[in-house]
Amino acid sequence: MAGKIFAVVVALITIVTAYCVIAHVWWMPVDISVHGPKIDHQIEETVLVAGLLFIAGQVVLAAFVFLYGGARNRIKQIPGGAKPLIVFAFLLVGTEIVALSFIGSKAWGAVYFEAPDPASMRVDVQAGQFAYYFRYPGPDGKFGSLHPDLINEGNQNYFGLDTDHDADAKDDIVTAELAIPVNKPILLTLHSKDVGHSFYARELRIQQDFVPGLNIPVHFTATQTGRFEIVCTQLCGLGHYNMKAYLSVLSPSDFDDWLRKQASMQ
Amino acid sequence: MKAQLRIAAFTLSLLLVALAFIRSAPTVGASATGQIVGTIKLDGQAPHLKPIDMSKDPACAQANGGAPVAAENVVVGANGGLANVVVYISQGLAGNEGAISSQPATIDQRGCKYVPHVVALNVGQHMTVLNSDKTAHNIHPQPSPTGGNGQWNKSQTAGAGPIDVAWANQEVAIPVKCNIHPWMRAYIAVVKGPFGVSNDTGSFRMDNVPPGTYTLTAWQETFGTQTQVVTVATGKPATSDFTFKAK
Repeated sequence: MAGKIFAVVVALITIVTAYCVIAHVWWMPVDISVHGPKIDHQIEETVLVAGLLFIAGQVVLAAFVFLYGGARNRIKQIPGGAKPLIVFAFLLVGTEIVALSFIGSKAWGAVYFEAPDPASMRVDVQAGQFAYYFRYPGPDGKFGSLHPDLINEGNQNYFGLDTDHDADAKDDIVTAELAIPVNKPILLTLHSKDVGHSFYARELRIQQDFVPGLNIPVHFTATQTGRFEIVCTQLCGLGHYNMKAYLSVLSPSDFDDWLRKQASMQ
Repeated sequence: MKAQLRIAAFTLSLLLVALAFIRSAPTVGASATGQIVGTIKLDGQAPHLKPIDMSKDPACAQANGGAPVAAENVVVGANGGLANVVVYISQGLAGNEGAISSQPATIDQRGCKYVPHVVALNVGQHMTVLNSDKTAHNIHPQPSPTGGNGQWNKSQTAGAGPIDVAWANQEVAIPVKCNIHPWMRAYIAVVKGPFGVSNDTGSFRMDNVPPGTYTLTAWQETFGTQTQVVTVATGKPATSDFTFKAK
């Protein structure tokens, strides 16, 4: 009797779960990037293939427990033995994983194996416990050198710029918010001030770790205006939960206004 | 014989009266101390300070009405008065520092800033740390490694109770940062003896200064220190003005 209840419960859980996924009850946020559709498509394919196997597995489990559970109906031996079954399982799941990897590499390649547009707008991103700061090169188009020994957060020199002596650094624009123009290719360079962090903008379908010591490029094009969250998804200390910044995708003219206003505050 | 006794009695009573007078003489109290007052000015143009963007923590941004917040590294009021300058006696007061106030100094985390930006207190005087914000803070004083004051940091969630702390050694001044909000900065000046902190008109006042000649030091976080000699007597307050030059 307990076996039959168990089987019914398993079947119910399977049906409810499958429904929630198919009906997109809790699904991904809106995609605002050019490469996003490839990633979303890959996720849906993976969920479909794995989901079919999941449903099949649960149905078989429920059926066997329902029919053969209990002392009298116990199956004494798996027909054909265990070995062919194990080999079959390996082959089935293994093929699925390999196939998904090959097919999924298209989505991966769209983000990582395509060179950034040479006309991309460049922004330097620094992650540090527990805030992000962003740097635009300013009218001269050049980033000033960074001097970690000059970092002084009390004076708001978060990047360690030598604005007194470095002409390239004088016009750099440092902000606490990442604003970008819509439909323009953007190239970010990510570096960490201290430990590992991560840059995760869900709607942009971008997630990239900061690795201390590396300058990591990330490029994308945003397709919709709006205000979105960038959150840290690599545990970095006691303030990790509070570590975020806002991504502001603006029309080109709004972006110019914003950048001009930020420059005047430097 | 009688005359000698009378003389002895009279002398004895004189002695007793004198003793009573001496015993009843008041100890040096508030009525016998002086004051030092003065004005601190900034000569020249205050440096341009970048406003603080608190958008990374919506609770902070909301507490400040969503607008950028002025930085407090150099606060200049009307008529060039320089605020947040700590004035204390650096020489001449040894052994005569007076009682430590039993009132604790307070520093509050409000609007994701430290209020006040500069706190002065005595060695051994208690300090209360409050969090009035709807977000958690982690206060992190960073005293000099060789100064004898220990470095520590403590979290306070929104609505958490106060932290009580006292400092064992003189230090001017201990920088304070918040580990969660990188823009937050304060200074704690731990001194012996009377002290004053200038307000936004640049005026300061030091009370309970025993009469004498002292070297006063004025400290500002950006412009450093200046000294002046001052003589204090009871009655009219002694005046000591300082002028810092903008770079």
